[in-house]
Amino acid sequence: MTTDETETTTETDTERAYTNSELMVVAAARELESDDSVLVGIGKPNLACNVAKRTHAPELRMVYESGTIGSNPKTPPLSIGDPGLAAGALSIEPMRNGFNYYLQAGRLDVGFLGGAQIDRYGNINSTVIGDYDDPIVRLPGSGGACEIACHVNRTMIITPHTERRFPEEVDFITSPGYVGGREGRAELGLDGGPEAVITDLGVYRFNDDGELYVDSLHPSATRDEIQSKTGWEIEFADDLQQTAEPTDEELRLIREELDPEELYTDQAE
Amino acid sequence: MSKVTSMHDAVATAVDDGDSLYLAGFTHLIPFAAGHEIIRQGRTDLELIRATPDLIYDQLIAAGCARKVTFSWAGNPGVGSLPAFRRAAEEGYPTEIELEEYTHFGMIAALEAGASNLPFMPLRGFIGSDLPDHNDNIARVESPFGDDYVYAVAPIEPDVAVVRAQRADENGNAHLWGIQGEVKLAALAADTVILSVEEQCSEETIRSDPNRTVITADEVDHVVVEPYGSHPSYAQGYYGRDNEAYLSWAETAADRDTVEEWLDEWVYGVDDRREYVEQLGTERIFDLEPETAYATPVNMGEYR
Repeated sequence: MTTDETETTTETDTERAYTNSELMVVAAARELESDDSVLVGIGKPNLACNVAKRTHAPELRMVYESGTIGSNPKTPPLSIGDPGLAAGALSIEPMRNGFNYYLQAGRLDVGFLGGAQIDRYGNINSTVIGDYDDPIVRLPGSGGACEIACHVNRTMIITPHTERRFPEEVDFITSPGYVGGREGRAELGLDGGPEAVITDLGVYRFNDDGELYVDSLHPSATRDEIQSKTGWEIEFADDLQQTAEPTDEELRLIREELDPEELYTDQAE
Repeated sequence: MSKVTSMHDAVATAVDDGDSLYLAGFTHLIPFAAGHEIIRQGRTDLELIRATPDLIYDQLIAAGCARKVTFSWAGNPGVGSLPAFRRAAEEGYPTEIELEEYTHFGMIAALEAGASNLPFMPLRGFIGSDLPDHNDNIARVESPFGDDYVYAVAPIEPDVAVVRAQRADENGNAHLWGIQGEVKLAALAADTVILSVEEQCSEETIRSDPNRTVITADEVDHVVVEPYGSHPSYAQGYYGRDNEAYLSWAETAADRDTVEEWLDEWVYGVDDRREYVEQLGTERIFDLEPETAYATPVNMGEYR
């Protein structure tokens, strides 16, 4: 699911305009550091990694679930197994090795996940809406997501913020966040955890208890809008920030190089 | 002795109603031609096993071949859901399907247990997830060596695996490059293996570069030489992934009638992959062709 359900255009004080889907990509890119090994997802995560690699994080190492390590795609892939991820990679591992030696053994720093539902502790549901044995909507399932959520140091979640997506509890835990709070996660023997949730309304992080709070608001969003679309009383940071806007260069990369056909972002004129 | 045969004959010999089947390949080298031949021969009651059911199992499900789907991610990559899979899972149409669900890591570990002849494979997977509550073949086990735990998965041992590679000799020694996925594990775990390749090569070619061999002949029962046998998936260096086909599948399979029409045109309406490729047309095939980029040759040395 790569297409956002809600997109709004924001006018800035210059002639430049950008959409919130472009802002999501840029906000995600800024979470990445140059020495990170990142397990890249398709769609916005892939754009975010490529923006980061072409700006502040040139040494970023992109790894894909399909086993390609150090991929350097010329155009964004539609799937995580496109041929352009294999050609020119540093290495291609059989799937078993990628999950076993790289992910499970803790060799990957960052992973990107989406999901149909995210709850207040960052648990993600990408399996079913409704009852597992009699689903209202049968979703694709975990794929790599569960073990990514278990084993990377920082999980980034990119998703549009709609009311259905942010219930207090998910219908099904596909991928663990802070299950039972930060202590609960530690008791399961898991390190790391969700680092940030990036939506079309803001950037959210997790407090000392492992509970989601709003760290920055996008320029077009309001507290009320976020609260009205969230299934519990969500906290806002005491020093709530406004999300930094995209730079001209970041927008140019997205529009001209990485997503010229607007497959993964809606773009302003 | 040569194992080279046609896909028709390989499927007729190897695949029976009720079999469990693993059509391997992670995005790359998916054996679409084999899937279509199974549909044409009207196999039913199959257990379809694949990490990513992908369009290939959506087509088998739509054609009424499936009784069970064992999987870890049932979506259309970068596009959305698999419409026929969802109709079967949500509405029981055209057949009710049982689901056995894993994560990718869990699924691959289960195949490795099968390939290794072990009763289970441990992994640090499924932790904190609800998945183990819904699959009896996933169980938490305590470490025998200290205060730790893992999850174990039971082996997956398909009756038949169909795997693809770029080239193989007549006995089934195969060179594969690009994304290997779970191809080798699926071949090792299965009882019967159909190997399909883009082109046949000599044993000498295989022996010139043994590091590139992913499947050896002792695993292989049938060899099928079938150019473009993976379309709309791809074969690294031969043709690219037909992303247009993946994008349009959402619409094609959106309802019962349109998917039936598609099956009539592209599966029942052609005799074999050769006719499918002719119907696809040369222009579309040319559009998928990558420019050439050879790897630097290695010197294996000649030792006397």
